[in-house]
Amino acid sequence: MAQPATESEFTLDTAAELAREEGGHEIRGRSPWFLAWRRLRRNKIALAALLLFFLIVIACLLAPVYAHRVADTGPNANHPLDKVNVNGTQVSVLSQGGYLNKKTLQPCSTGGNDCKLFSSIPIGPTWVSGGGHFVLGADSNGRDVAVRLLYGGRVSLFVGVISSAICVILAIVLALVAGYFGGWIDFVITRFFDLFFAFPAVLLGIALGSALAINGFHHFGLNIGSGSIWIPTLVISYVLIPYVGRPLRGQVLSLREKEFIEAAISQGASPLRIMFSELLPNVASSVLVFFTLIIANNIVLEAALSFLGAGVQPPTASWGTLISDGETLIVTRPWLSLAPGIAIVLTVLALNVFGDGLRDALDPRAKVRVEH
Amino acid sequence: MAERLLDVEDLAVHFATEDGLVRAVDGVSFGLDRGQVLGIVGESGSGKSVTAMTLMGLTRGVNAKFEGAVRYQGKDLLQISDREMQDYRGNEIGMIFQDPMTSLNPVYRVGEQIVEAIRAHDHVDRRRARRRAVELLKQVGIPNPESRVDDFPHQFSGGMRQRAMIAMALSCNPAILIADEPTTALDVTIQAQIIELIGRLKDDFDSAVIMITHDLGVVADIADEIMVMYAGRVVERGATRDVFYDPQMPYTWGLLGSIPRLDRPRPERLYSIKGTPPSLINAPRGCKFRPRCPHAFDKCMEEPKLEQRVETAGHLDRCWLDVTFKREHRDAMIAGESTEAA
Amino acid sequence: MLTFLIRRVIGAALVCLAVTFIVFVIFIVVPGGDPAQRIAGKNATQQNIINIRHSWGFDQPFYVQYWDMLKKMFNGDLVSYTSQQNVVGQIVQGMPATFSLTIGAGIIWLFFGILVGVISAVTAGRLSDRLITVFALIGISMPVFWLGIVARYYFAEGGIATVFPDGEYYPISQNPAQWFWHLLLPWVVLAVLFIGFYGRVLRGNILDAINEDYVRTAKAKGLSPRRILIKHVLRTSLIPIVTLFGLDFAGVLGGGAILTETVFDLHGVGQYAAQSINNFDLPPIMGVTMYGAFFIVTFSVLVDLFYAYLDPRIRPS
Repeated sequence: MAQPATESEFTLDTAAELAREEGGHEIRGRSPWFLAWRRLRRNKIALAALLLFFLIVIACLLAPVYAHRVADTGPNANHPLDKVNVNGTQVSVLSQGGYLNKKTLQPCSTGGNDCKLFSSIPIGPTWVSGGGHFVLGADSNGRDVAVRLLYGGRVSLFVGVISSAICVILAIVLALVAGYFGGWIDFVITRFFDLFFAFPAVLLGIALGSALAINGFHHFGLNIGSGSIWIPTLVISYVLIPYVGRPLRGQVLSLREKEFIEAAISQGASPLRIMFSELLPNVASSVLVFFTLIIANNIVLEAALSFLGAGVQPPTASWGTLISDGETLIVTRPWLSLAPGIAIVLTVLALNVFGDGLRDALDPRAKVRVEH
Repeated sequence: MAERLLDVEDLAVHFATEDGLVRAVDGVSFGLDRGQVLGIVGESGSGKSVTAMTLMGLTRGVNAKFEGAVRYQGKDLLQISDREMQDYRGNEIGMIFQDPMTSLNPVYRVGEQIVEAIRAHDHVDRRRARRRAVELLKQVGIPNPESRVDDFPHQFSGGMRQRAMIAMALSCNPAILIADEPTTALDVTIQAQIIELIGRLKDDFDSAVIMITHDLGVVADIADEIMVMYAGRVVERGATRDVFYDPQMPYTWGLLGSIPRLDRPRPERLYSIKGTPPSLINAPRGCKFRPRCPHAFDKCMEEPKLEQRVETAGHLDRCWLDVTFKREHRDAMIAGESTEAA
Repeated sequence: MLTFLIRRVIGAALVCLAVTFIVFVIFIVVPGGDPAQRIAGKNATQQNIINIRHSWGFDQPFYVQYWDMLKKMFNGDLVSYTSQQNVVGQIVQGMPATFSLTIGAGIIWLFFGILVGVISAVTAGRLSDRLITVFALIGISMPVFWLGIVARYYFAEGGIATVFPDGEYYPISQNPAQWFWHLLLPWVVLAVLFIGFYGRVLRGNILDAINEDYVRTAKAKGLSPRRILIKHVLRTSLIPIVTLFGLDFAGVLGGGAILTETVFDLHGVGQYAAQSINNFDLPPIMGVTMYGAFFIVTFSVLVDLFYAYLDPRIRPS
């Protein structure tokens, strides 16, 4: 066996080089963000959900295009007296009412079991036969439901996303301040959270929403009219702050005890720097997941508030107001309420699935078979 | 003639992961006799814990593949069903783990958990089992066992918790006790007590012990035989005396060198092995330690077999270096670096 | 233990008080404008408005109004602005419906939520898990009121069948069978959302618990998988579910089922709240909010106590 002449023939560098050449890889350190990103990339379902969400957003953003080119009308334009060409026949947008059988819409004798008095019947969905007009039918004012659906989507998405952003930002700030400073500041902020947990969230939203719907919001130098969609946006962003703030505060509290914070303080870092450069990145993954799920929640909350009349105010369309509009006609024209509901379900489902995938990517745990 | 309890033949454990096939254990063989203490030593990632857990069947899972055999009193434990394996766990082979705080269920009393272990295999009534639990707690040195038996884990100190775990593991009189880094989470003074306790109980219960650690100092006193593992393989094995006084693997020299010694002149700096452990997915060709070995030469490109290269029977190693060369050059690593130039 | 309890009770009372103040602020201070004008309606004369303002006390500074409102509340004397009916009386009238809805739905959602969560976790990654996850996700994505409307349409008004009645609440004393029949649809609608949510939370907790060290120890002791699941895994996984359930149940009981009650016309406390809010009618809103806050705060204390019972680590020693 040949022997090395001296110890120094093989240094660390040559040894490492040898290792690389032979394919003996060193264990490479990877940042948790990179690993999370890689896991997310592999989750086809979550990515598909994200794509679905973006498609819905784009479709709603293109509402004016649809209104102009396809449906040839606007979201608030009434057409009570118009007629539409459906497969050759001219059908009234709003047909005569009277006593009609609630299922067949044929005239019936009063007093019959399914006989109800209808004031007017809007046209049902024309789907592909109406030349793009009233694809989903008309509502009781003769407005094109498909157009309103898209415009309503813009409103619902706007309220949902913006309110979530405001909510999460305020929650982060409160959580960081409470968790970092502790003491009486923490006490006050926690009491603030507790207070709003004692309110059923929907009640609070309705209370605030309807209170502000009367005259708008004219305090603190802000002047917002009662019909503005900023009212429901602000209301909804406010309602969920404790739900995000409390868990974040808990996280900040446990991070606060870790040595790297102590180290930063002893290096003379200012509280602001510690909060935003040290603590914030460590709660970032929670924040991301929260943000996605809160958007989903807020879209539903907006729909609920608008349905009850405490959210978006008519004539502005939102998915919630559309459901409310269609409720009375649900038996004869179910699509008026079904369509916006389905839109909500798809959007919220997409966000929930993606949020799930995001959470799994950032913090995996399930026992799943690895394909080879 | 000591009774042979365990025969591990060419055990290999592979895990399928996102990054590839991890060869955590790659060809490990050893035997264990009744009353014997085997120390398995290695750093993180050497495969020592996986080997131990495989003996208990705790590594069975969707992504795990096994090769070789683990014969306990003749029966190959790798081949039996999960249901049959249950009968062996706790009953024939007991195990204690590294962190006693998280290894005990925080919502149940300590006594309850010991009773649960007893009643899993012995069909005694609760009162009898509880009496046994109290007796066990006394044996492991817990004061006031009659009242302590009703305490919750968080009411015990770290050392006491580990004693309770030992009591629980020995409750069904297993023939083998596996201790996976039992002292790593404890203070140094408590470490000594726990090691001494294990040594004493081994005789009381007539069990064999497998002690797993990364710290050679922990097994120096108590082990009869030492097995050094690296990158999923056994790289040196022999009687404790032989491994400590005539170590044959440069890796073992590194391990010995990293222990501060009171009986030797103090070095300027303790020896630390350069580099990091190899990937278990893409291991280097040839000897797995070669990239970090200061004495590696061209023959090391071919992996050495685990063989006896010294005069003493039963002392095996995986190193091509000439024995005389080793005996001359190893002190540099073991004694540490001094101010004089090498 | 006793001091802990007393402190919590005092804290709870303070929270309730603060809640009334907030409600008051929301309805008096926030909108601005003139409540007397609102009540008087569109065709009121100036004298009408002044009279209303005086008789309702709107010309007083707001802390006097608040104090009056509190006094009336404690005396059970709250009277609605619009309907002149006693608020407490109305709430009491609505309670049977709300209680029936909540308790029934609560039982359904707790039972199925746990069942679904356990099945999903134990078969993690396999088809049953994936299916359950899909349905659970769809369940949480449906707005409860929309589901209610759709369910009513399909099962009560003729979309698919007219099996179920079209809303309204039948008191149990009058006719138990009808009571049950009329509540079945609302129960299911209200439970769907929670089942999905609880199932997923439990699934997550169980999968986390399975990786805990003490579960590994339990396996090493030779316990059967069933025993490990029930005694070790579920015991710890269910604790957060219990907390959630306590608070959700309280929320629904306290008027949180406002949407379901409205859609199914059950005339419970929640529906009463919704109507009052629409009319900007302050006394009922105060009353309902207090009633709701009371439940939530009480259950919050109860849940804390129960949690301490379940998890010995947090017992005040």
